[in-house]
Amino acid sequence: MAGAKEIRTKIASVKSTQKITKAMEMVAASKMRRAQDRMRAARPYAEKMREVIGRLQIANPDYRHPYLVERPVKSVGMVIVSTDRGLCGGLNVNLFKSVLVQIRDWQAKGVDVQLCVIGSKALQFFKRVRLPIVASVTHLGDRPHLDSLIGPVTVMLDMYKEGKIDALYLVNNRFLNTMSQKPIVQQLIPAEVVSSPDLQQHWEYIYEPSAADILDGLLTRYVESQVYQGAVENVASEMAARMVAMKSATDNAGKLIEELQLIYNKARQAAITKEISEIVGGAAAV
Amino acid sequence: MASTINVDIVSAEGQIFSGEAAMVFVPATQGEIGVAPRHAPLLTLLKAGEVRVKLPAGDEQSFYVGGGALEIQPTRVTVLADTALRAHDLDEAQAMKARQQAEEALSDRNSTIDIAEAQAELARAMVQLRMIEKLRKVRS
Repeated sequence: MAGAKEIRTKIASVKSTQKITKAMEMVAASKMRRAQDRMRAARPYAEKMREVIGRLQIANPDYRHPYLVERPVKSVGMVIVSTDRGLCGGLNVNLFKSVLVQIRDWQAKGVDVQLCVIGSKALQFFKRVRLPIVASVTHLGDRPHLDSLIGPVTVMLDMYKEGKIDALYLVNNRFLNTMSQKPIVQQLIPAEVVSSPDLQQHWEYIYEPSAADILDGLLTRYVESQVYQGAVENVASEMAARMVAMKSATDNAGKLIEELQLIYNKARQAAITKEISEIVGGAAAV
Repeated sequence: MASTINVDIVSAEGQIFSGEAAMVFVPATQGEIGVAPRHAPLLTLLKAGEVRVKLPAGDEQSFYVGGGALEIQPTRVTVLADTALRAHDLDEAQAMKARQQAEEALSDRNSTIDIAEAQAELARAMVQLRMIEKLRKVRS
C-alpha cells in the first residue's frame, strides 16, 4: 500500500488549512461589515468640513490659504495607505502597481516624489524599490484612529509649508463593493474645494479669532479627515479582499481534498486487490 | 418662534450627536460660549473641553471634545469635534515619531534579511511544486 500514509497525512494537513481559511473568511466578513459602518460614520464630518470651507472661501475671496493655492509642481508628496497583513489577494500589489506607474510618470517629467507610507506592506515594498520615504506609520489595526495619523500627515503638511513638496496626493483602495476594490489617487492639497453656488448664504459670519486662523485649522483637519477616510476605506477593502481570497482558498482546499481522497481510495483498493491475488495465487500453487 | 436649535456634533470617526436643543455650551478658544436659538452666525475654533447640550425637555447631555471648530447658522449649530487631543507640540512630537519610524525602517534594513526571507519563500514554493507534481503523477 504505497504512499497511503503520505496521502492520509496530506489530507489531514489540507483539512486543517481549510479550517483556518474558513475561519479567516468568516472573521474577515464580520470585520468588513464593521469597517463599512466606520466608513459611513466618517462621511458626515468630511462633508460638513467641505461645506464650511467652501463657505469660508466665498466669504473671503481675497484671502487665499497656501493649501488652496496652486503652484508649479517640482516635487510631490504621496500618502500611500496599505494593509499591515497579507493574505488579501492582489489588493496591495494592484495598489502599488498603479502608484508606481504614476511615480514613473512624474519622474519622467522631472518631478521628485516623497512618500509617506501607512501600513507595513507599503513600507516593505517602497523600501525595496528604493523611493524616498519621509514618514511612516504601521500597525494601525482594524480600527484606525485619527491620533495615529496626525503624525505622518503633519510631516507632509510641514513639507508643503516649507516648499519641499508642491502637491500632496492620497492613494488608497476604494471600496466599491465586496467583490471589487479599486486603487485611487486623489489630490489632497492644493485642495480642490468646490465652492458651489448653493453654499452661498445670506448671512455674514462673525469670526473668532480670525478667518485665516479658522481656515488654517479647518484645512489641516480636512486633510487629516481625508487620510483617515482613506485608511478606514482601505481596511474595508482589505477585509473584503481577504474574505474573497479566503473563500476561494477554502473552495480550492475542498477540491484538493476530494482529489486526494480519490487517490487514496484507489491506492487502498489496489493494495487489497494485490493482496487477494497473492493469496489466490498462493492457494493455486498449493 | 423657534425655541430650539438644530445641533450636529460630528467627529472624523463618526456622528456623536444630532437633534434639537434648547441651548448649547461650547468651549471656544476665546472662552466658553453659550449658544441660544437665533444666535448670530459665527465661526470659531474650539479648545479641549466639554460641549453641553441642553435638551428641550430640560435635561443636559455633555460630550468631551479634544478641540475642533464650531459653526453657527441661523437655525443650525455644527460642532466639528476632534477625537484626538491636540496641541502644536503634541502634533510635532507625533510627526517626529512618524519621521523616525521611516528612518529606522530604512536604515536597519539589512539586505541579508531580505535574501534569507526570499530564500525561505523559494524553498517553500519548491516543496509545494514538488508535491503538486507528485499528485499529478499519482493521478495520471
